[in-house]
Amino acid sequence: MLSRPGRLQTFSVKGVFWLLLALTLLTLTGCSEDGVWNRPYSDEQARTNTLFSNFATPPKHLDPVRSYSANEWAIISQVYEPPLQYHYFKRPYTLEPLTLTQMPQQRFLDAQGREREATSEDVAMTEYHFHLRDDIRYHPHAAFARDAQGRFLYHALSEQQLDRIKRPADLPESGTRRLKAQDYTLAIKRMAITANHSPILGTMRELIVGLADYSDRVSKKPLTIKQLRESSVKGVEVHSDTHFSIRIHGRYPQFLYWLSMNFFAPIPWEALAFYRQPGLVKKNLSLDTYPVGTGAYQLLDNNPNRQMRLVRNPHYQHGTYPTEGLPDEADPDLLADGGKPLPLIDEVVYLLEKESVPLWNKFLQGYYDASGVSSDSFDQAISVSSQGDLSLTSEMQQKGIQFLSAVEPTVFYLGFNMDDPVVGGYDKTARKLRQAISIAVDMEEYISIFLNGRGVAAQGPIPPGIYGYERNRDHFNDVIYQWSDHGPVRRPLDEARQLLAEAGYPDGKTPEGEPLTLYYDTPATGPDAKSQLNWYRKQLAKLGIELVIRATDYNRFQEKVRGAKVQLFSWGWNADYPDPENFLFLLSGDQAVINSNGSGVNASNYDRPQFNQWFQQVKRMPNGPERQALIRKMVKLVQEDAPWVWGLHPKSVSLFHDWYRNVWANPMANNTLKYHRLEAAKRVEKQQAWNQPVVWPLWVLALLIMASVYPLVSAYRRRQRQTLVGNTAQNAVQNRAADESKAAPSTSSRKSGEGPSC
Amino acid sequence: MLAYMVRRLIYAVPILIGVNLITFALFFMVNTPDDMARAQLEAKQTTPEMIQAWKQSHGYDKPLFVNNESSGLDTVTETLFVQESLKLFMLDFGQADNGRQISEDIQERMWPSLAIALPTFLIGLVTNIALALLIVLFRGSVLDTATMIVAVAIMSISGLFYIIAGQVLFSKMLHWVPISGYESGWEMWRFLILPVAIGVFAGLGAGVRWYRSIFLEEINKDYIRTARAKGLSEIRLLFGHLLQNGLLPILTGVVVIIPTLFMGSLIMESFFGIPGLGSYTIDAINAQDFGIVKAMVFLGALLYIIGLILTDLSYAFFDPRVRFDQ
Repeated sequence: MLSRPGRLQTFSVKGVFWLLLALTLLTLTGCSEDGVWNRPYSDEQARTNTLFSNFATPPKHLDPVRSYSANEWAIISQVYEPPLQYHYFKRPYTLEPLTLTQMPQQRFLDAQGREREATSEDVAMTEYHFHLRDDIRYHPHAAFARDAQGRFLYHALSEQQLDRIKRPADLPESGTRRLKAQDYTLAIKRMAITANHSPILGTMRELIVGLADYSDRVSKKPLTIKQLRESSVKGVEVHSDTHFSIRIHGRYPQFLYWLSMNFFAPIPWEALAFYRQPGLVKKNLSLDTYPVGTGAYQLLDNNPNRQMRLVRNPHYQHGTYPTEGLPDEADPDLLADGGKPLPLIDEVVYLLEKESVPLWNKFLQGYYDASGVSSDSFDQAISVSSQGDLSLTSEMQQKGIQFLSAVEPTVFYLGFNMDDPVVGGYDKTARKLRQAISIAVDMEEYISIFLNGRGVAAQGPIPPGIYGYERNRDHFNDVIYQWSDHGPVRRPLDEARQLLAEAGYPDGKTPEGEPLTLYYDTPATGPDAKSQLNWYRKQLAKLGIELVIRATDYNRFQEKVRGAKVQLFSWGWNADYPDPENFLFLLSGDQAVINSNGSGVNASNYDRPQFNQWFQQVKRMPNGPERQALIRKMVKLVQEDAPWVWGLHPKSVSLFHDWYRNVWANPMANNTLKYHRLEAAKRVEKQQAWNQPVVWPLWVLALLIMASVYPLVSAYRRRQRQTLVGNTAQNAVQNRAADESKAAPSTSSRKSGEGPSC
Repeated sequence: MLAYMVRRLIYAVPILIGVNLITFALFFMVNTPDDMARAQLEAKQTTPEMIQAWKQSHGYDKPLFVNNESSGLDTVTETLFVQESLKLFMLDFGQADNGRQISEDIQERMWPSLAIALPTFLIGLVTNIALALLIVLFRGSVLDTATMIVAVAIMSISGLFYIIAGQVLFSKMLHWVPISGYESGWEMWRFLILPVAIGVFAGLGAGVRWYRSIFLEEINKDYIRTARAKGLSEIRLLFGHLLQNGLLPILTGVVVIIPTLFMGSLIMESFFGIPGLGSYTIDAINAQDFGIVKAMVFLGALLYIIGLILTDLSYAFFDPRVRFDQ
């Protein structure tokens, strides 16, 4: 088939030049006023009092009844206000009123509801009374908007109205109202509905008087909002618009910590009525995507696929910057804003950033105000001294970057299954085997190799910063460590070998002379995990023990742990609240997975009656010398029994630019954005200085392209001329080849890859 | 042709059912509904009651393929597979496990994916063909050999290297463009120029080599020799004859790709912070969100089938010898 010839296009050096010039001009026209080309947001935004942060995983749930992940709380804690909060600076962590006029008042009651002394044996219930401030208002929201007759404007949106909106703020009118006690009780009632999947319902059913009955009643069929408002939980009572009470079973001082969590944040019924509209649900507009609260910020834009934007709540007027509580070693400038009304930043923009490389580079360019430190960028940012102290590299210091490090209230450990016939049990031999392994697994080395020094080796289950944690000459883990001038030092390996021999495994051999083989279950299966798993293997090989790695996916791993079908495994726990009870219960017998049908948190199945008894006492005690002494005994007992290889408490490391102020590490508090301050002018200045475009390579590139076009055109023209000259001879050759091909049709006239006839 | 299209669309139904069946079987082989509930609830202590409530509210309390508690046709229809598959065929993707409407998310994420994939595809196609024609023009020369060596080198290097190197060079060192991010409207081009350029460059090696081989095969055919014998210039020969006749094999590989451009690119979107569909499926697999996984696999299969049908139709359009009704 022969097709029609198309229009001839010839090379034009001029054309290429003008094209490049046009592209360059196009590039320049898209640049900012201050000559910066690579700013990922507008110049105007950079100049305003806006914090730029990022998120890697979009939050799944912003409804406080359901939300429990750190990335979700980072957002909703700025919007919602439970009754209490943690003081920004004070250590140990201290609760203070957030929406209350004072800390909740407690009454102790007997089984008949009569008031008793706090120390009375008859105490069966505790009643907490909450008195709300009367100057707290919700941020502007369409759910509160009413017309002149007082009817809600948007509780029955038409199709047309729905078509015009992508977020609640797109509706032209908005309203607000005062915070009421009923909003808090409504939140508790929502928690009780099983379809809302509150992660703490199981705990609260046992705790709040009447919540279990209420939950069973209201979960059977969906309630209308009116029914929900009118129903009541026996132990939760509204006394007035500013006063409500919650009654719990027994004594449980830690209940106050729960009241600082977003599960107890107030929910206005108007928001429920507004978001119940099917048209809004279809548009992904719900309490799960656009929260309604009284906090310092409102979530104005929520596109989890791209960006989220928090904007100052114009009705927020009840928070001021703290004036006290700063630890002595901290920078006193942190109190410079003391007494100022909050929030100090007008807007916070979270941009989607899935990869650490662009995130880190944007931080260095000044486009993010703060950043964590990934393992890829650790060496560039942080230097570790021979003592393991972390400091900034000179490159970071030159940029004026600041550095903040804090031990997190978290424990990662290597657990033994106490139900296992080899490593489990409470007799001397099994205990010595576990102690020997605990000495051999060198967590200090692990922290140095795999965490770049970002961690502290654990002495027991309680992390630093939590009441009951001790690490001094008198109180440390003397089973694994011995005291030196530099603090606790791991006992020598010979002692571990001696313990192993006493356990019946001399040189790691069983009585039959075979090497002792242990099994380590882990969900770590990627290539990154290989070096860590090899490290574990080597630690046990120091004692002659063979460690077999059983790597599996996370679901199967969990299943094995829940079924107590593991021997050794790695696990961790992050504090819900800063109380030792939240860590000691990880070893409480009633939480053992074998005693709780797999739903307990005691994965190692440690179950010592003595420990359990002490735990029940510690759980109900207020902090004080008596509690400290009991905690000490409990920790000593588990150090001896060694149900875990006491792993590590990780250190968080964060970097921030010098224009970002009032940054302080408080791992327990999530609503700390309101305290931070920015110097936007300084930020723009630094961004300009660090990001001036380098233009000369553009011109070099243009010249290179032009220089390469000319020889090509010349070569082509030369070839064309040669073709004309050589045509006659070529035709003769081709004619002969064609004659030959009639005799042998398979021979091609010319092999592919040869050039045109020249 | 209409009959042919209808026939192909009917053939697509069992294929889609098969794809759906395999997706269901593979997903639930790895994740049980209990595992999904635990992953979604994110509670530190998950009780059996909480798991049961979650399964009920998300419809995962039904058996997967056979409902022994029902009788008659309900044994098959009252199952997760049939209920969910029927919705898929109605293009009702339902809700993700986090409560978001999947259709809404797909519609929203589709455009950023297209914004990066379409220019990369079109510019890449034009560049690859132009370069391949240039090499064919100078075939057998030093330029041909050198270009092939460079093409093999480009193919041999991981795409991830180009992305990181591009970000470091053009954003970090030269400060020309933002390192990552996305904006809608006209501002979009600032964020797309680098990923598109990298996408085009990374595809040059394979593309140029493939098109070169197609054109070399064509250039020795009789009609080219005839055209040359008539005295046509090489340029006129290449663009006027060779390109048009070489289009057919090019279409085979190209048209099938067009519908799948919607699905985005995982690595490119992740590194450049483009909120597209590329990472949607991977994130859903990691989050054990079956709603999104089945919707995206179904959509991918559907788009691929559409691509194949379009390829067949394009044959008839570009080659008058191909007719479906004969």
